[in-house]
Amino acid sequence: MDEKKTKAIALKGRRKKHKDRKKTLILLSMVAPTSIWLILLRYIPLFGIVIAFKNYKVYTKAPTLINNVIHSKWVGFKNFFFIFATTDSLKFIRNTVCYNLVFILCGLILSVSFAIMLNEITHKFVAKTYQTLMFFPYFISWVVASYFVAALLDPSNGLITRFQLEHFGAATDFYNNPKPWPVILTLSSIWKNTGYSTILYLAAITGIDTSLYEAAAIDGATKWQQIKYVTIPNLRTMISILLIMDIGKIFNSDFGLFYNIPQNSGPLFSVTQTIDTYVYRALMQTNNISNSTAASLFQNVIGFICIMIANTIVKKIDEDSSLF
Amino acid sequence: MAKKFIKKRKRNLMSVGLPAEIIFNIVLILFALLCIIPFVFVIVISFSSEQSIRQIGYSFFPSEWSVTAYDYVFKMGDQLWRSYFNSFFVTIVGTLVSITMCILYAYALFRRDFKFRSFFTMFAFFTTLFGGGLAPTYMVCKQLLGLSDNYQALIVPALVSPFYIIVMRTFFSSSIPEELIEAAAIDGSGEYRTLVKIILPITKPGIATVSLLTALAYWNDWYLAMLYIRDAKFIPLQYLLMKMQSQVDFLVKNSAKIGAEVANVVSQLPSSTLRMALVVFVVVPITFAYPFFQRYIIAGLTIGSVKG
Repeated sequence: MDEKKTKAIALKGRRKKHKDRKKTLILLSMVAPTSIWLILLRYIPLFGIVIAFKNYKVYTKAPTLINNVIHSKWVGFKNFFFIFATTDSLKFIRNTVCYNLVFILCGLILSVSFAIMLNEITHKFVAKTYQTLMFFPYFISWVVASYFVAALLDPSNGLITRFQLEHFGAATDFYNNPKPWPVILTLSSIWKNTGYSTILYLAAITGIDTSLYEAAAIDGATKWQQIKYVTIPNLRTMISILLIMDIGKIFNSDFGLFYNIPQNSGPLFSVTQTIDTYVYRALMQTNNISNSTAASLFQNVIGFICIMIANTIVKKIDEDSSLF
Repeated sequence: MAKKFIKKRKRNLMSVGLPAEIIFNIVLILFALLCIIPFVFVIVISFSSEQSIRQIGYSFFPSEWSVTAYDYVFKMGDQLWRSYFNSFFVTIVGTLVSITMCILYAYALFRRDFKFRSFFTMFAFFTTLFGGGLAPTYMVCKQLLGLSDNYQALIVPALVSPFYIIVMRTFFSSSIPEELIEAAAIDGSGEYRTLVKIILPITKPGIATVSLLTALAYWNDWYLAMLYIRDAKFIPLQYLLMKMQSQVDFLVKNSAKIGAEVANVVSQLPSSTLRMALVVFVVVPITFAYPFFQRYIIAGLTIGSVKG
């Protein structure tokens, strides 16, 4: 009797084990396509980092990628020294960081104010219309945006250049004069991204518990006081989290903005070159693969450290909002 | 009197007051217009005559209207139609494959009873923190995977986005009760059957959001084309537009119809209006899809910003 029972239990256990194994296999088959993609396009290129420490040359006897990498000479940190020996590198690192700081600050102030304003518009239909129009640039590529900018700045026909010619007798040669570009790039970035972050903040504002406002109103707080003492404090966590995450990405730049809006114009490089455009140009235009890899490795390592620090800080503020 | 006072007081507590609201409206109108006016401007330029542009430059009020640019596009826009087809093809195929992969991966991560759940979560997430960089990725794609001058080159490198996987997983965990899967399993429904017949219908809004974001990314992509495409046959719209910036004749260079007369035609090309007409062609599909997009994408963004 007892023997029979244990046998039955064992059989049941085996069946369950079999079923579990089958389930795991099926779930593994679900993650397989993406995993293969990740291995091929994300994990294998990780090995390519060695190129940063080599002088990449095509191995003429059997020029396959792996042979090229293996047979290139080790040069240690020479590529890094080479990049940082030029004054250009200081400029493109400075550009990356400074533009990011300006974009983060302007973006924050504008989108939080716009979100608060939108929330105060009495007619919801009107507010919705504003929101729809403001969100439009988010759907436009930087290539198209560069035509919008060119419509204003074109050296012969641009709206602004013609205006300057008419009223001041001389026009700025925008695509050869680096001076106005910090402003132009900042405005372009605001134009494209503010609608998006406004919507994020607006969603956070609508999520605030209405009873807080009612309680404030009962205590006699005016709407302005409610904004100051209810809305903004309630947004504080979200603001600091988005802010810290943005600072974690401070060594990354929006390639499209810095490549397309200035139309890849050489005389502007001193104010438009960022780490990302340098990495691209070193690879595709000057064909210096080792330097390109070294620059992106530098960017990746610093970026990784920044994100880790940012995440730790966020975790301290609000456990749930951290990335991992 | 007292009643009136209370009413007024109440009004004060519930709104910022009329003057402030007027100022808010003005500020918002100005910014909203600023967001949309460049597009209107480009449309106006594309319908201006070359004569008008020579005289007064680009203007909201051209001295003469004309459809010459569109005439040219329709007459010898072989390259344009080719690129239109490429963009639509890449967007549709890319989005379908990408969303399928995303759903499968996210669904497995959502399942608490998946043995390797945390491993595969980290496996995808790590790639957002650290990577090989542009040059190694480019060389692996081009030399090992043969992504060069073909449609795969425009589709494959953008198939997976860890961010969308996380958004999708959040959609799953916020709309599907755990018991539902158990119940389906007890009823003897296979895993794939459960996913297709039960889970997907419930998560339709989430799938729509991620699909639309993916489609938008494919439609707006020029970066992959810039890296991997040299052959005009495979050039998508956005990259065609980018090339036109420096060489307006690119549009007609590959046109079979004009052949030997290229030089002649190029010299008469209404270059500035033609460019702008092309911009209009690129943006029009987006404006049509926009109302749709907006609703779903806002839903997606707000859920995506909340970690699941």
